[in-house]
Amino acid sequence: MPTSQSERPESPESPESPESSEALGPVGRAGGEVYDLAVVGAGPAGLAAAVTAAELGLRCALVDAGPRPGGQYYRHPAPGLGAARPERLHHGWAAFARLSGRLKAHTGARRLDYLTDHHIWTMERGEIWQLHATLGSEWTGAAGRAVVRARSVLLATGAYERQLPFPGWTLPGVVTAGGAQAMLKSGLVLPGRRIVVAGSGPLLLAAASSLVSAGAEVPAVVEATDYLHYARSLATLAANPAKLVEGARHGVTLLRHGVRLRRGSAVVEAHGTDRVTAVTVARLDRDWRPVPGTARRIACDALAVGHGLVPQIELATELGARIRRTPDGTVALAVDDGLRTSLPGLWAAGETCGVGGADLAVAEGESAARVIAGRPVPAALRAFRQRRRAFAELMAAAHRPGPGWPQWLRADTEVCRCEEVPAARIREAVTELGAADARTVKLLTRAGMGWCQGRMCGPAVACLSGGGPARADSRPLARPVPLAQLADLEPS
Amino acid sequence: MLTRSPHDVVVVGAGVVGAACAYYATLAGLSAAVVDRGPVAGGTTGAGEGNLLVSDKEPGPELDLALLSTRLWRELAESGDGFGEAIEYEPKGGLVVASGQPGADALRAFAAAQRAAGVAAEEIAGDRLRELEPHLAPGLAGGFHYPQDAQVQPALAAARLLRAARLAGAEVRLGETVTAVRTGRDGSVLGLTTDRGRIDAPAVVNAAGTWGGALAELAGVALPVLPRRGFVLVTEPLPRIVRHKVYAADYVADVASGSAGLQTSAVVEGTPAGPVLIGASRERVGFDRTLSVEVLRRLAGQAAALFPVLAGVTVQRAYRGFRPYLPDHLPAIGADPRRPGLYHACGHEGAGIGLAPATGLLISRQLVGKQPELDLTPFRADRFAAAPDGGPGQGSGSGQGRGTASGPDSGSGRGPEAGSGVGQGERRD
Repeated sequence: MPTSQSERPESPESPESPESSEALGPVGRAGGEVYDLAVVGAGPAGLAAAVTAAELGLRCALVDAGPRPGGQYYRHPAPGLGAARPERLHHGWAAFARLSGRLKAHTGARRLDYLTDHHIWTMERGEIWQLHATLGSEWTGAAGRAVVRARSVLLATGAYERQLPFPGWTLPGVVTAGGAQAMLKSGLVLPGRRIVVAGSGPLLLAAASSLVSAGAEVPAVVEATDYLHYARSLATLAANPAKLVEGARHGVTLLRHGVRLRRGSAVVEAHGTDRVTAVTVARLDRDWRPVPGTARRIACDALAVGHGLVPQIELATELGARIRRTPDGTVALAVDDGLRTSLPGLWAAGETCGVGGADLAVAEGESAARVIAGRPVPAALRAFRQRRRAFAELMAAAHRPGPGWPQWLRADTEVCRCEEVPAARIREAVTELGAADARTVKLLTRAGMGWCQGRMCGPAVACLSGGGPARADSRPLARPVPLAQLADLEPS
Repeated sequence: MLTRSPHDVVVVGAGVVGAACAYYATLAGLSAAVVDRGPVAGGTTGAGEGNLLVSDKEPGPELDLALLSTRLWRELAESGDGFGEAIEYEPKGGLVVASGQPGADALRAFAAAQRAAGVAAEEIAGDRLRELEPHLAPGLAGGFHYPQDAQVQPALAAARLLRAARLAGAEVRLGETVTAVRTGRDGSVLGLTTDRGRIDAPAVVNAAGTWGGALAELAGVALPVLPRRGFVLVTEPLPRIVRHKVYAADYVADVASGSAGLQTSAVVEGTPAGPVLIGASRERVGFDRTLSVEVLRRLAGQAAALFPVLAGVTVQRAYRGFRPYLPDHLPAIGADPRRPGLYHACGHEGAGIGLAPATGLLISRQLVGKQPELDLTPFRADRFAAAPDGGPGQGSGSGQGRGTASGPDSGSGRGPEAGSGVGQGERRD
């Protein structure tokens, strides 16, 4: 899924790989030009929006933190690896190939500026928006900054993975489900040979399917929900046959490889000293509390674990954009039928509006571009979007973490890895010191103050602190910025 | 019918000032309750740097308050049970530097007056500044070292004080919003009405910080508290490269100014956890929470001018807050003669962390009918004429107590990280 703006320290493969030799066209540097539209993020939604906007005659900048298009979802091997058939690892490769072909044509014809390695850290609103970027990790000096100016902005910054901690989750060999896929897609490597896949959400089946196809042994896929939610909404399911086919295809792949799906269960502990060597799987009750007496050990040398995705929206929420609570407990941007946010001039598409997958993101990107260009949105596209959105909400409701998951934690289980804050300190902040929300827990314990800015521990901390009202995380700087670049900004 | 109030006093606000009021009230033997619509340290307290400063205050009532408070913070930190460690108390001292000779001369005159009032201040010649701060820029004209300046982690300080008050018997009611101040036929305070019920007490302490004007209004009196926004930049964790609280002499003038326009002057300090904090900006823009790129530009440039090594580091995050500002830069402390039973403990601007214990102690003295250690006349809430244009509670932050976010729209009112910015020390003109 597109995550162009996130830093994910746990991911062995970050967006900024050393060679930014971009096959698709010149790596642009933003000049003084005012674009009609700046699209932030070159994942499925952003790519679709940018090429559609260019085709409709808008001067468009596609701004992305990575060196190549595709975002987190359409990851592909670095050119140096010489992968012969990247499509083998991808279910949506054909769609991506079409989008990147259009991107290449438009950048070649100078109808679209594709700006790689641009990490946007804040946006300033106005008749003309200003997007402030820092240019990749090797540019730490004052010269490594850029400002992109545009009359309208589309935010397609994707999502990042939700993590729920458990004893042993910081052991080497424990990776995120998306991280495992990313290693495979862009590095052509597996995190281990015998890999347990666990957590909750549709990403698990996709990840397990990719892993077994690439030759790994997957002794179990451990899914916390029981999928009964899906069965209760037959109409929405029936309206999305492609999604069922997709699920069925993963299922068939897993069956063929003899992979066992354990529903209503979770990995409640990872074992090992230098590296994970086994996991404990337990059955869960309906609130995700482990059922006593059901624990069993499974030997493995890697664990891929994830609990769905969290929309990455701070560039908009820091400006006061309206948000909505999604059924899986995350926060997404509130948009209208034309994908407008509550801020004039700012649109959003894809996972920023609520996690829904690549084909929905493409449809939303294309729709938003049409609205921005003042063109009608075809009825079929509109209907497709509505069906997929309904399906996404259904899935989100099914995979919402149960309130009992903190029972997996021990007092010494690290919840915030950056600042090494154990569960006991967070509980003390709540019970002894008067914290009632994630922000206060952060102030009192430092949980969420480290490099990832709470992207990894935020959902867990919010849950442990009793939740509080739906609220976007506060990140006035969407990513770290070299101080010299701040000092070098134009005076206003 | 005689009914005894269950509490002697109810404090509105669970920031550091409210916590200190509850702490000293319980210490004085009173039965206290604390109510706040948000969590502990949910407003300006949670957005401060936690400076306990005497260095930036000229002789006068605020310096007297700061000197008393400095002593109280030290006593609290040394009171045992690891309290000082728990609130990250660091008596690290301040260093004020001047780039040119006129600035150095002005500092010298300022320090001479402070010394007469009981402040310890040692002149440091320009060529000796780097003995105290090895990474300071070369060529500065000179400076003064203030050993009494100290620092705490403000949210922890508030939370630990409030916990101590609770363990001593205070009732703490968080997540509860005050909707009315109840008064009797003679106009005196009877207690509060909240969204969850009633709290009876013959005394109400307004420790609602930046929202103190709104609480005063509920009690039927005017108090012109306005928000003054500040930003803090936080660097990546660094080895200890900044040892004191270091700031340029212009900071003192910025603090004293009443201008609504943007003022910035670098205030740089290290923290036990590693990141360096860079303040301080001041501007009166209501409760606008939007990041100001211009503020970042100025603070970064000024910090790198003081410590050139900072030009090579990364700013990891930033936060903003709203200092509770009163027109003459002095807080409102003590009984309000216009409303018997109403006491104020707000409007400390950027100095609330530093001045909290003294504020709490003085109010507890008034509550038990004893003579306070200091004359509270300069801090009386009725010292202002009619409310100025706009009145209190400008912007969206109406409501009481340090607030909660106002629903799903994160763009208004207080959200995460709201509160006062930096420069807990403030000085008047």
